[in-house]
Amino acid sequence: MSETALRIDTPARIQVSKTYKLYVGGKFPRSESGRVYEVTDTKGQWLANAPLGTRKDARDAVLAARAAVKGWSGTTAYNRGQVLYRVAEMLQGRREQFAAEVAAAEGVGAKKAAALVDAAIDRWVWYAGWTDKVAQVAGGANPVAGPFFNLSTPEPTGVVGVLAPRAGYGFSLLGLVSVVAPAIATGNTVVVAAAEQAPLPALSLGEVLATSDVPGGVVNLLSGRTADLAPTLASHQDVNALDLAGAIDPEGPGAAAALEAAAADTLKRVVRPAADPSAEDWTAAPGTGRLLSFLETKTVWHPMGI
Amino acid sequence: MSTLAANAPGAAGGGLSDVAASEATLRRFLHGLPGVDQVGLESRAATLGTRSIKTTAKAFAIDLAISMIDLTTLEGADTVGKVRSLCAKGLNPDPSDRSTPQVAAVCVYPDMVATAKEALRGSGVQVASVATAFPSGRAGLPVKLADTAEAVAAGADEIDMVIDRGAFLSGRYLEVFETIRAVKAACERPDGTSAHLKVIFETGELQTYDNVRRASWLAMIAGADFIKTSTGKVAVNATPPVTLLMLEAVRDFRAATGVQIGVKPAGGIRTTKDAMKYLVMVNETLGDDWLSPHWFRFGASSLLNDLLMQRQKLSTGRYSGPDYVTVD
Repeated sequence: MSETALRIDTPARIQVSKTYKLYVGGKFPRSESGRVYEVTDTKGQWLANAPLGTRKDARDAVLAARAAVKGWSGTTAYNRGQVLYRVAEMLQGRREQFAAEVAAAEGVGAKKAAALVDAAIDRWVWYAGWTDKVAQVAGGANPVAGPFFNLSTPEPTGVVGVLAPRAGYGFSLLGLVSVVAPAIATGNTVVVAAAEQAPLPALSLGEVLATSDVPGGVVNLLSGRTADLAPTLASHQDVNALDLAGAIDPEGPGAAAALEAAAADTLKRVVRPAADPSAEDWTAAPGTGRLLSFLETKTVWHPMGI
Repeated sequence: MSTLAANAPGAAGGGLSDVAASEATLRRFLHGLPGVDQVGLESRAATLGTRSIKTTAKAFAIDLAISMIDLTTLEGADTVGKVRSLCAKGLNPDPSDRSTPQVAAVCVYPDMVATAKEALRGSGVQVASVATAFPSGRAGLPVKLADTAEAVAAGADEIDMVIDRGAFLSGRYLEVFETIRAVKAACERPDGTSAHLKVIFETGELQTYDNVRRASWLAMIAGADFIKTSTGKVAVNATPPVTLLMLEAVRDFRAATGVQIGVKPAGGIRTTKDAMKYLVMVNETLGDDWLSPHWFRFGASSLLNDLLMQRQKLSTGRYSGPDYVTVD
């Protein structure tokens, strides 16, 4: 058979496009509502349908996250670091896919997108290194006026609701990693509302987590209307802390105020969003701020036995 | 569908006492019960599980379910302190909301009856005790009767006995019948009153729906006040189809004899949603007559916390979490 004949016989190949799904409790469910919404690139071209996560999906995710707290917070810090490093390895293997998704989602060039993905992988490794060091920074032996050893150790807060940074600034993956990794590095579990306009990198991150050694339920990724998901997480009594990185109203500051009020009703720790989203530079060195935000200090008084 | 219409000897007279005259008549009666339509039963149970119960109906169902709970602790590691704290929880399930109803009973092992009785004195919450070599039922009759008598003497209001599944499955129906009779007699107190007798079939071990129907009739004829699905100690516990089948049995038994018997599904019912499915089944199969703690119970421990969390959601509008209920 000649090469020409072969070309004629082979029909044009149809692209196999991906069905993006939520990542909840280690599984990939469609939204409970059965609905999806269209995700477009910055020029309005259709990219994919993302599941339209509902309040019920958010509650299911909180249940999954709560169930995972005991196991994940009970692993040794050393083991947690290894698991997180494994995530970075898996991310590295899918570097091209994430670069393409970030470039499409946020209209940045291929080169810049690749650099942002590399930064996200490096950030994951950086936080993986912190797992067995955070106790030395956030805890320690306290001098007390009595015959006691007095030791403070940081413990994870529990279930953290995370609003991922809004899209449009190139941070649909790097921003997400910068808020998820510090929370789980210290043993918390998270329910993440992905950036509404650019959820695809977040949903693909679910596939990475599922193929690394992170137990199901430690990270739960939801796409959908942030206006639906955020109040549910803010008022849910079984969510212990809230990272409002993505709760920024383009109209101006104050969108987070209602969420903060709901969170205060249920005594949550809250990390407030930056006042100006465009001023938030996720490529800058993150510092330990977010790492230390979702910790509770346990102090033990132990008699010296004199 | 009345299982009895065609073949119950003595049904017309309203008495079934002659059924147990001998091993042969009992077997003839039990094997004469119509076979269970497995597909129909399962699909009916599944259909009844799809009802949507919301807002005020849900609030009613939650309170009703709480008042029907036999709050249970049946662990080898039970202590006096644990039983006392469970009793305190049964009396006042949600300390942050005093309008929460009490549970129906607290269910413990016989040696904990006195402790529970003391903790629940004057409250109206009953003390139920498992007996007769629970959960296996593998002991001689004298041991089973002594077990029962001890629990009754200690003050148990209700006795949860297990049948000998080995005897039942090998067809020795009369033996099972006589045991239930004897335990029923052992439930009598010196003052002439009697502890309520619940008969546990361990439906997970009975293999077929036909056997569940036979066991139901056997126990009801023998004098059970309640029929109960499971011990909670085996892999398969209460399921909606099995419970529906038992509900139909008590319905038909009342139609035949005029005697009303209670039903208690136990084990594996953990969520409010599950509990509401059972309540729907009771209402659709038996109606209002059985929708009270006197005639329907849930044998459960973790169910109560889920009901309380749902109750808190209805009253506060916020989804609650396990931090807001007690750890049992």
